[in-house]
Order: sequence, then C-alpha cells, then structure tokens
Amino acid sequence: MEKRVTFSRWSIGILFAVPQLILIFTFFYWPAGQAVYWSLTLQQPWGGGNIWVGLDNFRSILSNADYWNSITASLTFAAISTGLAMLIALVIATLTDRQLAGSRLYRVVLIWPYGIAAPALAMAFRFILAPEAGFMAVVNQVWPGFWDPGLDGTDAMASIIVAFSWKYVGYNFIFFLAALQAIPRSLIEAAAMDGSGVIRRFWDIQFPLITPTIFFLLVINITESFQDSFGIVDIMTSGGPANATNLMVYKIYSDGFKGLDYSGAAAQSIILMLLIIVLTIFQFRFIERRVHYR
Amino acid sequence: MASITIRDVYKSYAKMQVVHGVNLDITSGEFVVILGPSGCGKSTLLRMIAGLEEISGGTIAIDGAIVNRLEPRERGCAMVFQNYALYPHMSVAQNIGYSLKVAGVPTAERTQRIQAVARILELEQLLDRKPMALSGGQRQRVAMGRAMIREPKVFLFDEPLSNLDAKLRVQMRSEIRKLHRRLSATSVFVTHDQVEAMTLADRLVVMNGGRVEQVGTPSEIYSRPASRFVATFVGAPAMNMLEGEVTLDGLSLLGGSRRLAVSRAGLPVGTKVAVGIRPEAVRLVAPGTPGALNATVDLVEELGAGRVVYVDLDGAAFSVMTSEAVHPAPGSAVGLQFSEADLHFFSSETGSRLDVFKASVPVPAL
Repeated sequence: MEKRVTFSRWSIGILFAVPQLILIFTFFYWPAGQAVYWSLTLQQPWGGGNIWVGLDNFRSILSNADYWNSITASLTFAAISTGLAMLIALVIATLTDRQLAGSRLYRVVLIWPYGIAAPALAMAFRFILAPEAGFMAVVNQVWPGFWDPGLDGTDAMASIIVAFSWKYVGYNFIFFLAALQAIPRSLIEAAAMDGSGVIRRFWDIQFPLITPTIFFLLVINITESFQDSFGIVDIMTSGGPANATNLMVYKIYSDGFKGLDYSGAAAQSIILMLLIIVLTIFQFRFIERRVHYR
Repeated sequence: MASITIRDVYKSYAKMQVVHGVNLDITSGEFVVILGPSGCGKSTLLRMIAGLEEISGGTIAIDGAIVNRLEPRERGCAMVFQNYALYPHMSVAQNIGYSLKVAGVPTAERTQRIQAVARILELEQLLDRKPMALSGGQRQRVAMGRAMIREPKVFLFDEPLSNLDAKLRVQMRSEIRKLHRRLSATSVFVTHDQVEAMTLADRLVVMNGGRVEQVGTPSEIYSRPASRFVATFVGAPAMNMLEGEVTLDGLSLLGGSRRLAVSRAGLPVGTKVAVGIRPEAVRLVAPGTPGALNATVDLVEELGAGRVVYVDLDGAAFSVMTSEAVHPAPGSAVGLQFSEADLHFFSSETGSRLDVFKASVPVPAL
C-alpha cells in the first residue's frame, strides 16, 4: 500500500499548491495566452489596438519561403547537434564507466560547460572558430578559403552546431554516466563470463538497458536545440549569412523585435510551441513506453 | 573437466591486502566448497579464478595452463552469481542462449541446446518469459542454465542460494548436487552457510581473514578442526571453548577452578591453551553424578528433534545439544559428562590445533 497524506478539506490542498500555480500562470499560461491572442490579431502601426484577422498571420507565414527555410535550418540544427552531443557524451560516459585513468576528473570537468550561459560560450566559440586568427586560420593557410562562417552558410551552421553540442555534451554525459552506473556490475561480469567482449557487451547489455535515458535525452536535446540555440545564433551569426542559420527561435526574435512584426512573430512562436508539444507527446507516448524493464 | 591449481595467490587493493598467499589444488570433477565468514576473501578468490578480479601475485592454473593473463571468456569457466545477474531485457531462452549467440552457434543448434538445458532444469514452460516475471527459484535455475549450456570446464558458484528462502534453498541445494553428479564438472562453490558447505562439498576449504585455515572432507573438518577458528565456525551450535593453562601435572581450566590431568608433552608450564568440546558430545546427567561437572541451566532452546541447553559453568557459557527428552528448568543444576576422546586442544596464542595432548590418555574427570 502506498502511504499518502490526505487533507480533510480540499481547500487546504489547494492552498499548498497556490504558490506554484501562481508561478506557472504568470510565467507560462499568461504569456502563452497573450501570444495566441496576438497571433490572431494585427497590431496597428502606430498603436491604438489590435484588429482581429483570424488565421491570416499563419497563412502569410506558411506561404513564406523564408519561414520554410528557417524550419529546415532548425531541423538540420536539431538533428545534427543532438546526434553529435549525445554520441560524444555516450562515448565519454562509457569510457568513464570503465574506470579509465582520470575518470574522476572528467566527471567534474564535463558538467561545467552546461553551467556556461549560451551567449558567453558563443562569444568564446566565435573567437575559437574565427577564420582570420587562431586554429582555423592555420587551416585556411593550408587550404585557402576552406573556412569562413561569415560567407559560407554551411560553415556558419557548423559553427553553431559545434558550440551548442559542446554545451550539451556535459549535460548528456552526466545522465549517461548515471544510467551506466545503475546497471548492476554483475550483469557486465556475467556477459564477460558468457564470452562477450567489451564492444559486444556494450551493444548487447549496456545499450538496451540505457534506452530509457537515451530517449529522455533525445527529447531534452531536441527541445533545447529549438530554444537554447538563441543566444548562440545571436552572438555567432545573427542568423546569417543569407539566413543560413536563421533558426525558428531566432527568426521569431528578429521578425518581432527588429522587424517589429509582433503578430507574425507571435504566430511563429505558437507554431514552435505546437511543434515542441507534439514532439514531446510523440516521444513519451510511443517510444518511452517500449523501453522499460523494471 | 579440469583441475585447478592455485599457488601463493594474493590480492591487494590500493593499500589493503585481502587474500594472503592461498595454495589450493582442486582435482578434476571435484566439488569444492569455500566456506568462511563475510569479508574473508572467499568471493575474491573465486572471482580471481573466474578472471573478474586481477591476481596481484601468485598463479592460478586451469588444467595445467596458467590463466593469470587470460580474459574470463578464455578460461572456460561458467559462473552463477549471487543476485543471478540475469539480463533483464532478454527472455529466459535468450538469457540461457546468450553465450552460444556470442560464440556464433547457428540458430537451429542454439534452440536445440536451449531446449535440452531447459528440460533438465524444468524451465520449458518459461522460455519466453522475461526474468522479472519469474520467482526467485526460477531465476536461480535460469542462472544455472546459463552456466550449464556452455558445457564449461569449471563451474563457479558465488553464494548462489543466499537470496532464496529456507525451503527453496534446501531444494536447490540437492538439485545442484544432482546436477554435479550428472555433469561431473569441476565445481567451486562459495558460501558462508556451513550447512550448505557440509552437504555439498566433496572437499571443504575453510577461509578466514584472507587465509586458508583448513582443507579437508566435511567430516575431517568437523571431527579434526585444524584451528580454533575452524572449530568454532563449523558446527552449530558452536564448539564450547574453555581457556586453560599448562601446569606441572596437566591443565588448569577456568582460572584454576578445574584441573585436567594430561601429560604436558613438552609444552612449557604456563602455556595458554583452549580446550574445545562440541555441544553434541556432551551428555546431561543428574547433578552430582561421579565424574560429572556441575553447572547451572541458563536457557533451553527447543529444536523439535532435540534441544540446546545453555548452561553456566563457573561463569563460562557452555552449550549442550541433546536429543533426549529432558527439559531442565532454567536455574536448575545439571551434571555434564563427556569422553576425553572428544576434547580438542588449541594454542591460545596461534589458535592452531595441539595434538600433543591426544597421546596423554587417560583423562580423568575434570
């Protein structure tokens, strides 16, 4: 039997929940509601209220090639950076789990990048990946014109992917390591006795047993790549060159606050929100369900 | 089938040495049980044989070939773990057949061998289940099956029965014994349960503090314990021990209140010794019987078939195991009688057995 505290009057229970409810309402439901309202109206150019336009904002966005370009860029960014951040983290976590020399050090050092604010790390990477000085300048010396994120869209995309992945490798690492350490050592030993080598053991035993963690991180990484990428894009590329790195979240900002198209930006943020909601529901309902063993 | 030769094996972690120079010869087809209290290094020794623990010094050879540097899979051992260590995401059949899959055995042959093992262990109905849908005893059998299917040279058991309830433990014990008779593979079984050890072993290895105290058949260990530790560890209730000192005319016991007339056999006067006698070798007689020791009853434990009577003998705790239908009341006086042939002598200093006194019959009453 599960033990739980029960309140004789429902009002006491509500009272305890009120602080959290106020926070959620103020910082999520209210702004989200406002965004929905703005997305269905058009702002007057010099103030003086909104005009109801129904779904016109959405129609105009979805028929705009720039917006579709932004969606493509966002999905590319999400797929590659998530894959990269998770793969690198998994490799490092697996090595650390095997108690290689220095594993205690990695454990501490690898969480630090996650604590750095996105704009700060973007600034650092802007210098690191600058084509005119430092390491990439040496590469450009050998292959002239190889690297220039200021002119080449692919290079720019690669830069923001590297910066974002660098931050999330540490985050993923901590979760992967915890999941790997939760696997009873005797299972690995039993597999070793059964004749399974290190690589085989990883694929047959460890990997299947950490799938819940993999899917959890997949959801987190993809949703974060839609949101947390803003600071990186803003500092490193400002969406350029030629909109190559104009991710959805950055386009919302530039259309809204630079282009002063509040209504269009609100509609875009509603689309982004729906995208993330659908993605999360899909991953939790259809994938997570299949990967529980205990 | 294979013999195992262990020479001067020791194991140390960073600063602590946990196994101190173990020597052991296990002949082919033998069932050896390593018995000892927790932390005595018995599991570490087993894991060194398996290859799961690095050997800090000395050599372990299986069938004459030194295996120190070999990976576990190259040693031809199979192991049954204490917590079974079944792969939770695989079915029973996949668990049992995993080693064959790794070895690249074709599916048809694999299925056939899984079936054969499942038949022996009566797991045929459960092959499609996941481990979490099995009971403790069934999981135990799957773990055995996983070890059996490889037809290993050596079976290693790391306290495999300690997670089962008492009844199931007795049942699995006899199943393991039957299995060994059928496969006659060399088996090393680690346990802290002396009943398990006595019933299963061809030969028993008693370990304490990282050292082998005694190696012998269960009856040898019981009747001629090589050290005070073995004497008190094997047998339930534990052997009674009385502290004594060598005097000119024999032994003085219990701080001089009792005397034992035995020849000193060259031991210097003043040597401290311990005299042991098993509770089941002591008879309860009426108080005041000539030649009997008088004691006071503290407590009686009823075991059904017999009872253990705890008595106070001049301030020393002493236990008596009897199958007679006597029920002395706590506080009443009883007489204790035993034959001198049942006495064991140990050095108080080193704890090792002193057989010098054995020659010194007859021993009159204390």
